[in-house]
Amino acid sequence: MFEGLSFSLEAGDALLLTGPNGSGKSSLLRLLAGLLTPLDGQICVNGTPVHEDIEGHRANTAYLGHLDPIKPTLTVLESARFWATMLGTLDRVDLALSMLNLSDLAAAPGRVLSSGQRRRLSLTRLLLSPADLWLLDEPTVGLDTRTVASVEQMVAEHRAKGGVVVLSTHIEFKLPGAKTLDLGDFTPAAFQAEAPV
Amino acid sequence: MNDFLAGFRAVLIRDLRLALRQSADLALVLGFFTIAASLFPFGVGPAPETLARIAPGVIWVLALLSVMLSLDRLFEQDLADGSLEQMVLTPRPLVLTVLAKALAHWITTGLPLIAITPVIGILLNFPTAGYSTLLIGLALGTPSLSLIGAVGAALTLGARRAGLLIALLVLPLYIPILIFGVTAVESVLTGFEARAHFLYLSAILAAAIPLAPLAAAAAVRHGVEG
Repeated sequence: MFEGLSFSLEAGDALLLTGPNGSGKSSLLRLLAGLLTPLDGQICVNGTPVHEDIEGHRANTAYLGHLDPIKPTLTVLESARFWATMLGTLDRVDLALSMLNLSDLAAAPGRVLSSGQRRRLSLTRLLLSPADLWLLDEPTVGLDTRTVASVEQMVAEHRAKGGVVVLSTHIEFKLPGAKTLDLGDFTPAAFQAEAPV
Repeated sequence: MNDFLAGFRAVLIRDLRLALRQSADLALVLGFFTIAASLFPFGVGPAPETLARIAPGVIWVLALLSVMLSLDRLFEQDLADGSLEQMVLTPRPLVLTVLAKALAHWITTGLPLIAITPVIGILLNFPTAGYSTLLIGLALGTPSLSLIGAVGAALTLGARRAGLLIALLVLPLYIPILIFGVTAVESVLTGFEARAHFLYLSAILAAAIPLAPLAAAAAVRHGVEG
């Protein structure tokens, strides 16, 4: 996927991943989440390699992938309460739902949600999660401009509290003071030679 | 400790809710059990003695197959919609999550199967003296079927034709449970005690409760990496 890649982030930092399709943005985020194991190299948090304490790392990481883990037969509130219980933050459910404008839909089953509403329900997991590290794989897919703005605000508030955000996106996303990493620059040499010009 | 239980309960309640709201799955399993059992009088002839002779074996084999047919719903849908990887990423121990899912599977498959077994028994002229032994055997054996099945379901995550693969992996492991379940009934019908067979079934269950979730959790971790 990529080689020769190295970066470090401090509390409050954000990293924007860019690069063409297939350059490994999603794979890098899954690596950081501990859902993939690197072939070579390592990921450290506070100087400790994450594979030495993978459970602790996962507890401190919130990962938002392409899929929305929503069941057609569970209501919005049931879904949110389930994930909140799993994350140990049941008291935050009402706040999270209201911040993403889902309070009115609390009793709606998952099957009637539109794709934007499904995405918003997935985003509540970030607000429910006690994690410091947010890994967001194209978080704004299918969202209207107003919700994109509130996601930008969520990210800004998370950074203000000392959280770290790694985010990949294809659209404009306000991320003041963020570092940028273009994964297209790290394609392995053998791959580049084979690619048609 | 309370924290662990909260996660276990949340998964259990969620899976029970899902199963009850998609009750067509449950009806299919029970329907398979009943229809397959009703084929035997046509296949081997309606002679009551013949049916009574094969009834314990038929009921146990069909229970095995019914449980196996419902195994794919344990993890497959959660893998497809991304729930499974998020469960792996929560701070809750995955072993307990898997145990809760297996328990929910048993409550929505094993328990209903036990409940309609007496009806199937009448259909097959099952000897009345063996009913309690059959039901106790099923009560001790079906939880192990769900637990061992969870390992098979987790190992085949993401595989093409996973249903068939689960059968190949899991059915051989079900053989001991089948043997002790059937011989318990046979021994009671021939005037012996079933206690030893129940103890074997309990021993299998006692081993499966801690070991199967460990193996299944490891397989799930591998499965979500795909």
